[in-house]
Amino acid sequence: MELTSLIVRGLVIFTVFAVTLLIATYSTLAERKIAGFLQDRLGPDRAGPFGILQPLADAVKLFFKEEFIPSHANKWLFIVGPSLAMLTALMSSAVIPFGNEFSIDGQLIPVQGITVNIGLLYIFGVVSLGVYGLMIGGWASNNKFSLLGAIRAASQNISYELAMGMSIIAVLMLAGSLDLRQIVIDQQDNVWNVVRQPLGCVIFITCAFAECNRTPFDLPECEQELVGGYHTEYGSMKLGLYLFSEYINMFVSSAVIATLYFGGYDVPYLSTLGLDKNIETIIGIVALFGKIFFFIFFFMWVRWTLPRFRYDQLMNLGWKSLIPLAILNLILTGGGILAWEHFTK
Amino acid sequence: MADKLFYFLAFVTVLSALMVVFSKNPVHSVLYLILTFFSISGQYVILNAQFLAVVNIIVYAGAIMVLFLFVIMFLNMRTAAEDARKRNALIQLAGVISSGLLLTIVISALVRVDMAAHIAPAKALNTQVGMVENLGIELFTNFLVPFELASVLFIAAMVGAVLLAKREEGERNAF
Amino acid sequence: MQLSNRTKKIEPKPLNFWERMYLPVIFQGLNITIKHLFKKKATIRYPEVKRELSPVFRGLHILKRDAQGRERCTACGLCALACPAEAISMLSAERTKEEKHLYREEKYAAVYEVNMLRCIFCGLCEEACPKAAIYLQKDKFAPAFFGREEVIYGKDRLVESVTNRAKVGLDQ
Repeated sequence: MELTSLIVRGLVIFTVFAVTLLIATYSTLAERKIAGFLQDRLGPDRAGPFGILQPLADAVKLFFKEEFIPSHANKWLFIVGPSLAMLTALMSSAVIPFGNEFSIDGQLIPVQGITVNIGLLYIFGVVSLGVYGLMIGGWASNNKFSLLGAIRAASQNISYELAMGMSIIAVLMLAGSLDLRQIVIDQQDNVWNVVRQPLGCVIFITCAFAECNRTPFDLPECEQELVGGYHTEYGSMKLGLYLFSEYINMFVSSAVIATLYFGGYDVPYLSTLGLDKNIETIIGIVALFGKIFFFIFFFMWVRWTLPRFRYDQLMNLGWKSLIPLAILNLILTGGGILAWEHFTK
Repeated sequence: MADKLFYFLAFVTVLSALMVVFSKNPVHSVLYLILTFFSISGQYVILNAQFLAVVNIIVYAGAIMVLFLFVIMFLNMRTAAEDARKRNALIQLAGVISSGLLLTIVISALVRVDMAAHIAPAKALNTQVGMVENLGIELFTNFLVPFELASVLFIAAMVGAVLLAKREEGERNAF
Repeated sequence: MQLSNRTKKIEPKPLNFWERMYLPVIFQGLNITIKHLFKKKATIRYPEVKRELSPVFRGLHILKRDAQGRERCTACGLCALACPAEAISMLSAERTKEEKHLYREEKYAAVYEVNMLRCIFCGLCEEACPKAAIYLQKDKFAPAFFGREEVIYGKDRLVESVTNRAKVGLDQ
């Protein structure tokens, strides 16, 4: 009994991990395809039908390129940088509830890598560590462009983490729990948080863009000013890890946005249809992935719409607009909860 | 199991803390310090204080150490190392005296504590004690005054930081 | 310093509330980009689909023969004179009796070279030729080169083959 549940848990974790990697792999293709389509081009379409083998070709190319470490670089940290970026990116998908529970033989199996009751804090912690990969790699390259990229990454991530944290706290106040599953259940019982927290949602999405270093906040790697930013000196699969971790981060933030503000695996009025519980769970999983894919698309859509911010604009937006707005949102939410309790009781 | 984990984490903590002091490169020092924080967070998890563990990582490893690393990256390592060699004996002496005093205080405090009285029996340990809810209730009832005082202290520090960073009249306005 | 009094000084208007929120304009921009997602793509998938060339396309040069298979060029040099890029050079020679079946006129081009790096494919040589000898083909491109010696096209590559006649001009 103990062993079977352990195997089931392992299977769930393995599936979550594999799906994360698969989606990140195909995000690289989707990025290029969508970039092409938004610019009236076709994007890569030579490797396999519609280019679906392109990620494979890219990976093969990156693996077979020469492993190169600059002579003045700090060798050990030069390798640690991309590994850390990849590690932190992969760690965060573990606690996201991808669906409700399956009940097989009376056993309840939650579709979630690990169930912890502080899931939200866990994600927040892992995200705050993500910047180390960039910083260490950028510093270890011993190159001014890399260093500038690393420093930009660090200050940008710290600045936007504050506003992000405060917009999350408003969600916590509504749900009364740090458990991501509880937050989803709370949204199932009431309404999606995007209705109750429109301002917080906008702040969170903006900060998610900044934390993932995506356009319009891709200053750490802006080609026009810093050559390649923190990964100027990187090549072969080490560069691949950096780029890949960005796509994993994008997947995870899309999942978190969907979970926190768009009901997670919740499909409105699904429970009124009276379907089998397991089928409901499957529909929920599909719905969540639909939401995640939409947000991944949204990330790419915005990339080809908005130009990059200037650095002082970035800092002004973060410190002078988003943080005060997040605090305002916090106060409004607190007042709203108090008023609600006062009038309904 | 928990015992072995504790000894392993304690070993990592002490080793990396020593490496913070002994490594020549300041960036390595910071990285070892981050490792120290992680192993301390591991200790928190063993003590069922998940909230503290994660907050420790978020605040110390995730924010403060990033700022440390941020500042140290700006330093020019080679000249900094040369400066250290040239530093005069007086400063070194001052360092020895102040750290010696700190050591004396810690040791004298530890000697007076009756360790046996404080080691609670394993049964008494409530598994829910480290949860967010219990911690919050504790902070807002029994420890309300120190908690609020700490926040006042933070406000004072923030005001001070803003004052330091503010441009005075006549200074160049960048933007 | 002002050179003229026509310079207009533009004062950027302070943004109003909606503009400072950024969001309405961002959605406006997103609306524009999403429309492009469904637009017809400009890409031509080259090896499978070839772009349709204009009926007056000017491609690789060819030196025509007449109906009896004799070279039409008489090495008058008008094409070289007309060429704005000075890509054409030639050497003339007198036709002997035995060569009557090879060349139409009494004088012919012993050497005729077009430098494909200089040529701008303007077609002025074609217009200048009184003997209708040189044409720019409308279905052949000048290929890419791998060495400098390949760049100068001599008569061996310019004159059309007797068996495989090329169709040139608007008449076909």
